[in-house]
Amino acid sequence: MAQAGKIDPMHQFEVQTIFNIPLGDHVLPFTNSALWMIVAAVALFVFMIGGMKQQAIPGRWQMAVEGFTGFIDKLLAANIGHEGRKYLPYVFSLFMFILFANVVGLLPFGLIGLHPFTVTSHFTVTGVLAIASFSIVLIVGLFKHGLRFFSLFAPKGTPIPVLLLVAPIEFVSFMVRPFSLALRLFVAMTAGHILLKVLAGFIINSTATGAGIGVLVSVPSFALMVGVSALEMLVAGVQAYVFALLTSLYINDAVHLHDHH
Amino acid sequence: MEADAIKFLGAGLAAIGAGLAALGVGNVFAAFLQGALRNPSAAAGQQGNMFIGFAAAELLGLLAFVVAVLLIFVA
Repeated sequence: MAQAGKIDPMHQFEVQTIFNIPLGDHVLPFTNSALWMIVAAVALFVFMIGGMKQQAIPGRWQMAVEGFTGFIDKLLAANIGHEGRKYLPYVFSLFMFILFANVVGLLPFGLIGLHPFTVTSHFTVTGVLAIASFSIVLIVGLFKHGLRFFSLFAPKGTPIPVLLLVAPIEFVSFMVRPFSLALRLFVAMTAGHILLKVLAGFIINSTATGAGIGVLVSVPSFALMVGVSALEMLVAGVQAYVFALLTSLYINDAVHLHDHH
Repeated sequence: MEADAIKFLGAGLAAIGAGLAALGVGNVFAAFLQGALRNPSAAAGQQGNMFIGFAAAELLGLLAFVVAVLLIFVA
C-alpha cells in the first residue's frame, strides 16, 4: 500500500491522459494505454513488413517471421485440423499483439526517461481480447451447427440422470472461459510487474537508510530482480502462447463440437 | 481485532493458495518430463496438452493473487 513507503508499486498501472481529442461535444482522451498499444502495433507492423519479402532464400529477418507464422500454423493444425487454416489470421494477430504488448511493457525504456506501460496488465484490454475470441467461438459454432451447437453442453452417450448434473457444469465452464482467459493474462502480467517494482523499492529504500543496510539488502534484491526479469520474459511469451492455445481449443470446440479428438 | 488487520491476514492467507498452485504447476512439468524421458518420440506431440494443464493449474494460483489484491485494495 501507498503508506508503506514512498515508492508505490501500483503507480505504474495508472492510466493517464496525454492529450484530449475534441470530438463534437465530447472529448476523447488519448491515454498512455492507447499510446503503448500503438507502439506495440507499430513494432509488430515493422517486424512483419521487414520479413514479408518472400525471397526464395530467406534472410534472418524473414526466417524470424516465418518461424512465428509456422509456429501458429502448426498450433492450429494440431488443435483444429484442416479447418484451422481459416483462423490463422485471427489467432496469429492475437498471439503477436499480446506478445509484443507484453515484451514492450518489459523493455527498459525508463533508462531514457520514458515510462513504459504494459497494456496487457489491464483487465479492460485483455477482456476485450477474450470477448473477441469468445464471440468468434459463438458465431462460428452457431453458424456452422445452428442449434446443434448446444449439444456442446451434453456429451454424447451420457445417461439422462448424469446429464442433469453434467449439462449445468459444462454450461458454467463454457461461460467462464472469457473470464479465465482475460484474468490469466492480466493477473500474470500485473503480478510480475508489481514484484519487480517492490524489489526495486527495497533497493531504493534500504540505500536511503544507510550504506551498510543498503549493501546488505540491495545486492540480493538486485540479484533476484535479474532472475525475476528473465522469468518475466518467459512469462510474457508463455502467456501469449497460452492465450493463442486456449483460443484455438475453444474454436476447435465450436468447429467440431465433441466429434473430434 | 480491527477490520483492517483481518483484511491483511486474509490477504496473507491467500498466499497459501499461490504456493499450492506452485506445487500444481511443478507437478505438471514434472509429470511431463517423466513421460517425455520414458518415450521421447511422443513428447513433442504432447507439448500442447502440457500447456493446457499448466494454464489450468496456474489460473488457480493467479486467482489466489486476485483475492489478495481485492482484500488489500478494494474490500
